[in-house]
Amino acid sequence: METLKVIDVCKSFQGNVAVDHASLDVKEGEITGLIGANGAGKTTLFNCISGYYHATSGKVIYKDQEVQHKTAEKLCHMGMARTFQIAKPFGMLSVLDNVAVGGYNKANSRTQAYEFAEQSLDLVGLIDKKENLAQLLNTGEQRKLELARALATQPEVLLLDEVMAGLTPTESREMVELIDKINKTGITILMIEHIMPVIMKLSHYIYVMERGKMIAEGIPVEVANNPKVIESYLGKGLEVE
Amino acid sequence: MKTKKVEQGTLLVLLLMAVIYPFLSDRYMLSVGISVLLMALLGQSWNIMSGYAGQFSFGHAAFFGLGAYASSILYVDHGVSPWIGMIAGMAVAALVGVLIGFLSFRYKLRGDFFALVTLAFAEILRVLFNNTKALKAATGILIPYKDVWSEFQFANDRIFYFILLAMVIAATIFIGLMSRRKFGVCLIAIKENQEAAGSLGVPVLKYKLLAMAISAAIAAMAGTFYAQYYGFIDPTVVFSAAISVEAIVPCIIGGAGTLGGPLLGALIIVPLKELSNNLFEGVNGVNMIIYGVLIVLFVVFCRDGIYGTVIRRLKGARS
Repeated sequence: METLKVIDVCKSFQGNVAVDHASLDVKEGEITGLIGANGAGKTTLFNCISGYYHATSGKVIYKDQEVQHKTAEKLCHMGMARTFQIAKPFGMLSVLDNVAVGGYNKANSRTQAYEFAEQSLDLVGLIDKKENLAQLLNTGEQRKLELARALATQPEVLLLDEVMAGLTPTESREMVELIDKINKTGITILMIEHIMPVIMKLSHYIYVMERGKMIAEGIPVEVANNPKVIESYLGKGLEVE
Repeated sequence: MKTKKVEQGTLLVLLLMAVIYPFLSDRYMLSVGISVLLMALLGQSWNIMSGYAGQFSFGHAAFFGLGAYASSILYVDHGVSPWIGMIAGMAVAALVGVLIGFLSFRYKLRGDFFALVTLAFAEILRVLFNNTKALKAATGILIPYKDVWSEFQFANDRIFYFILLAMVIAATIFIGLMSRRKFGVCLIAIKENQEAAGSLGVPVLKYKLLAMAISAAIAAMAGTFYAQYYGFIDPTVVFSAAISVEAIVPCIIGGAGTLGGPLLGALIIVPLKELSNNLFEGVNGVNMIIYGVLIVLFVVFCRDGIYGTVIRRLKGARS
């Protein structure tokens, strides 16, 4: 069953079309991948889904409701959380307080918010640093913090925007395991990713964007062998006479 | 933990000093003490909205003036006790604060642009009050003198001092409690990154407006105190840019977004201002020159203020 459906969404900025009639379905409990070259419109589409932008036209259906006009706050209350491509930690708050901001989303009390915060810090493996100021974390840790904050909101659907960016190979391996673990707790995931092996390994289903349009979709193997996708990523094959 | 102890220690020392001070000072020194506390109260008011929530205001005189005028008009024209007038003034200021905030945030004004809107509103109010007969226009309001506590008047300035001290303590306790709870933590999150806060379910608009309302109400409280203590108000004084500056300066010097910063800032600035007024007698506006120089120096060399810098170091933050 689809928890999230994007139908024919367009987004343009003063005539500049960033997303052009894009549609996708995210099935409950699965990891759905969204790939494409730089500037393909992935993050813009993400922003339209998560309420950060409002789509110029088209519909976003979440839990059988049209949500394209809702704000990020409202969507978060409805159980949709996201991370940002560039981590946005609240630098002068402690790691624990950072995550508690997310925890308050569904918590009825301060105690519960901090319980949620501790649980998600534990899950991402940042619990030892909970007293640190967020600005003192390194890139890898900031990504985990970003993830922990989103998890503390107790989401049903999690949108991940390039969580692997800037990570070392070891850190990315950990992150892959972590995302798998999060998915196994029953959270549906839609993720943007550049690193092909990662997306191929994690995703149940993949969508490919190019210049604002969906050019291909399918299970990982199909997508990997799709000539259009190869062309989009590597350019046209050389024709040698 | 260490930070918490240092904070509590500093505040306790400040409190002790504040309590002992009036018993060791003459009339003049007591009036300086009241100026310190008045600036501290204005500073704490500014601190909530601009220090914690990050919505920079250049126009706190608007709220201060509304507080002063609301209680004074109710008192002089309608015989309402200024204590009740103070509450009314706080309500009016809070409403105007919400209105300014709503209009600004509705049109997505932030940072410098928002600051300019607050400045404009304070100026509009100044011109409006200066030219409206029903509001006594430029003649201002003289508060008739009576030594009756129920009318917020006291022959003994020490009582004024302690009432103001109680207001400062109340504002500080409020901020202290706020900063550890959902509201305070979310305000800091909004200041640091509004988009990220929103995507974590923080009701950004609601909290910003709430911070403005509380901040405005405290400034109005300071306004009523000013009217009752000095006994005279007019638009060019209570709605002046100088008042807005006096709300900002203690926070910049002491440390915006910290519990004790504005208190420490006021404690440094007011004696400096008095000293300069005595040294350069007859030269108007020397204090403004000093404010200007200090703000420039602090913004360039000590962005977090004195208290703020100490707290940052203790927390091990990057400088």
